[in-house]
Amino acid sequence: MYSNKFGRLMFGLKGLKATSACGAFQRAAARSGFNWAAVCKQRTLWQQRSACAGMHQTGSAIHTTVDPGEVKRFQLLANKWWDEEGEFAALHAMNDLRVPFVRDNLLNAQRERHPGQPLAGLRILDVGCGGGLLSEPLGCLGATVSGIDPVEDSVRIAQQHAAHDPDLRDRVSYRACTLEELAGEGEAQLEPEPEQGVTQFDAVVASEVVEHLADLDTFAVCCSRVLKPGGSLFITTLNKTNLSYALAIVVAEQLLHIVPRGTHDWEKFISPVELERLLESNGFLVQSVQGMLYNPISGAWSWTNNTEINYALHVVKQDDKAEDGSTPPGGHNEVAHS
Amino acid sequence: MHKLTKAPLALTGLGRCLITEKHLSAVNIIRRGVMCSENRTDCSKTEVYDVIISGGGMVGSAMACSLGMDPNLAGKKILLLEAGHKKVIDRVPDTYSTRVSSISPGSATLLSGIGAWEQVTRMRCKPYKRMQVWDACSDALITFDKEDLLDEMAYIVENDIVVAAITRQLDAMPENVQVKYKTKVVKYTWPMPHHAAESIPWVKVTLANGETLQTKLLIGADGPNSMVRQKLGIPTVKWNYDQSAVVAVLHLSEPTENNVAWQRFLPTGPIAMLPLSDTESSLVWSTSHHLAEELLELDEESFIDAINSAFWSNENQSDLIETAGALFRGALSAIMPSAGSPRQLPPSVAGIGPKSRVMFPLGVGHASEYIRHRVALIGDAAHRVHPLAGQGVNLGFGDVACLTHLLSQAAFNGKDLGAIQHLLEYETERQRHNLPMMTAIDLMKRLYSTNAAPAVLLRTFGLQATNMLPTLK
Repeated sequence: MYSNKFGRLMFGLKGLKATSACGAFQRAAARSGFNWAAVCKQRTLWQQRSACAGMHQTGSAIHTTVDPGEVKRFQLLANKWWDEEGEFAALHAMNDLRVPFVRDNLLNAQRERHPGQPLAGLRILDVGCGGGLLSEPLGCLGATVSGIDPVEDSVRIAQQHAAHDPDLRDRVSYRACTLEELAGEGEAQLEPEPEQGVTQFDAVVASEVVEHLADLDTFAVCCSRVLKPGGSLFITTLNKTNLSYALAIVVAEQLLHIVPRGTHDWEKFISPVELERLLESNGFLVQSVQGMLYNPISGAWSWTNNTEINYALHVVKQDDKAEDGSTPPGGHNEVAHS
Repeated sequence: MHKLTKAPLALTGLGRCLITEKHLSAVNIIRRGVMCSENRTDCSKTEVYDVIISGGGMVGSAMACSLGMDPNLAGKKILLLEAGHKKVIDRVPDTYSTRVSSISPGSATLLSGIGAWEQVTRMRCKPYKRMQVWDACSDALITFDKEDLLDEMAYIVENDIVVAAITRQLDAMPENVQVKYKTKVVKYTWPMPHHAAESIPWVKVTLANGETLQTKLLIGADGPNSMVRQKLGIPTVKWNYDQSAVVAVLHLSEPTENNVAWQRFLPTGPIAMLPLSDTESSLVWSTSHHLAEELLELDEESFIDAINSAFWSNENQSDLIETAGALFRGALSAIMPSAGSPRQLPPSVAGIGPKSRVMFPLGVGHASEYIRHRVALIGDAAHRVHPLAGQGVNLGFGDVACLTHLLSQAAFNGKDLGAIQHLLEYETERQRHNLPMMTAIDLMKRLYSTNAAPAVLLRTFGLQATNMLPTLK
């Protein structure tokens, strides 16, 4: 993953910092025992398979979702994840919205009811899990959660935190890897038994992740790869509007310090319409979009109809059988959130 | 650490040749126990409970039952620790016990929600429809009743019956709800604040038998001298009234439709007669320590005389007060002619139940904080009131309902049960409810503790006015 960044430098894609950053990552790559040749080979294999399956291809040959600058920034904040009044306080508060969002939409699709463990039997992938802030509540609700994050320190903190709780130990597992790597492994395992994907999840959650990624198309492709047909993808992110610049960057980062400075890059924000278009072109069907609003005084989030700043999105992967565009079973109504 | 494991391992190896598998698992358990006791913090096999409730009185056991029956908390490991023995009532005894409580309709709803109310009514309880409260120093009185005397106002139930009913429900609960009787806690170890990653984040409870338990949330329901509250160092506003309550079971002179609760404010303190059945009532006489001791020492006849005269005599009334009271009543009835209720006299007492005179000291207390990180206080541990309004246990049941609701919601949102956010909500809601009630009760107690004319006039007018205005009541 780090040498992908080196590759991008060579191809002259935009948004990269000075060579010192590149050097740092080369050293980091060496430290993690990384093998350039192996990745090259894996990537070629993956591309060939995509070509065979007739998947949508973007222009450039290199696909990665991870932006190393972001990785570095989160590495420095790794110890602060579980401090509920620290840098990540707003993310802790956001659980009040995003956990019910995921839970209710998944419950709509479920037939059985398990009292006390509403998400029992479901496999969820938490992309960009960080310290496990969202993985743990979902695990508490009974789901089997796999959390992945490129920042190793965050994953270590997440593992430590979950280790104390005997219920969570069995249900929540973490791995320091990227989504492409996971998707790639899934691909490799699909070969012998194309019907039973070992890494096929019922739901993928990517909360506050999309605005930190380098390549959204790859992200969408990988999500589709790891999801079961009819599976759900939940995204929460920020809209690219003047208002979001004013509030999320100027006010939140620089004035009120709700978020550490430099966390967000406005260029990476994406509007719901664009994100929907992107996801639909990758075989997803939009189920609901809802705006979220943060109140800095009370420190609480609330649902709103206005998607101009933060919003949450729920899409489902189209069933392969339902190619005529009919909606998959399990509710296509917008879920009302209290 | 390694030496310790190697020795039992070797033993186990040897043993496997000689002993059957049944004994082998016992050896394993002992080995695990040895490992655990030597290295508690590393013992990953220690069971972590979701909730431990310390104290199995009326409020504590209601909490355990309420949590256990909540669908969102299904499967959560709940443990109730009680120092006393299990209260089982197979056959209701003929004699009444002296400790009774007035259960409000709200509390009755909570108890029926956990299925215990049905058990209570099957055993023994007495609903009453009216309550008359009046002053010894004047003619003022106030009666509380539901309209048309059809609904019950509240119920008088013996404390033992409530606990036994809830215990029966607890017995019927699934395995995840456990109760340990005759279990005393000797030590609590509080967790470090949550962002210290290395230490165990749970509350550790050490029992008298050496066992250590861990829990995500500790609920302290261990009464007015709560150990949980003391160990946490929560500052408590408390004082002992210079009063004790004398309780007894009274036999009435003649059977009557005993559905009225009587309370008279004497200068020394309120005396209350609460109905238990058509022939018996419960006495709660709050008075100074000195008088209380005297009362206990009186022989039965003198004691009965004292009770009757306390309810019936008018010696404390002065002419001034009487005239003023009558004038005020006249004025009020001119404005609102239809309001007001006739005064009734309580039934007279003929005898008392055998060996039933007891006294206990009274005090008031309020913990300034009901919660800490991973701990919540409920019932008398959080707030203790004077029995004059019969509200003590009802406040506790209110705590149970509120905390259960909030924990249920938190569990449905996948939250850690010991997280401070919903505990804060519990504290705010209950303090907002409890404090005004406790202040009012305390004020009433102080107001009625004196003979001084101004205070008497004030409370006379106040009582009469309140009696005439249904909304205030």
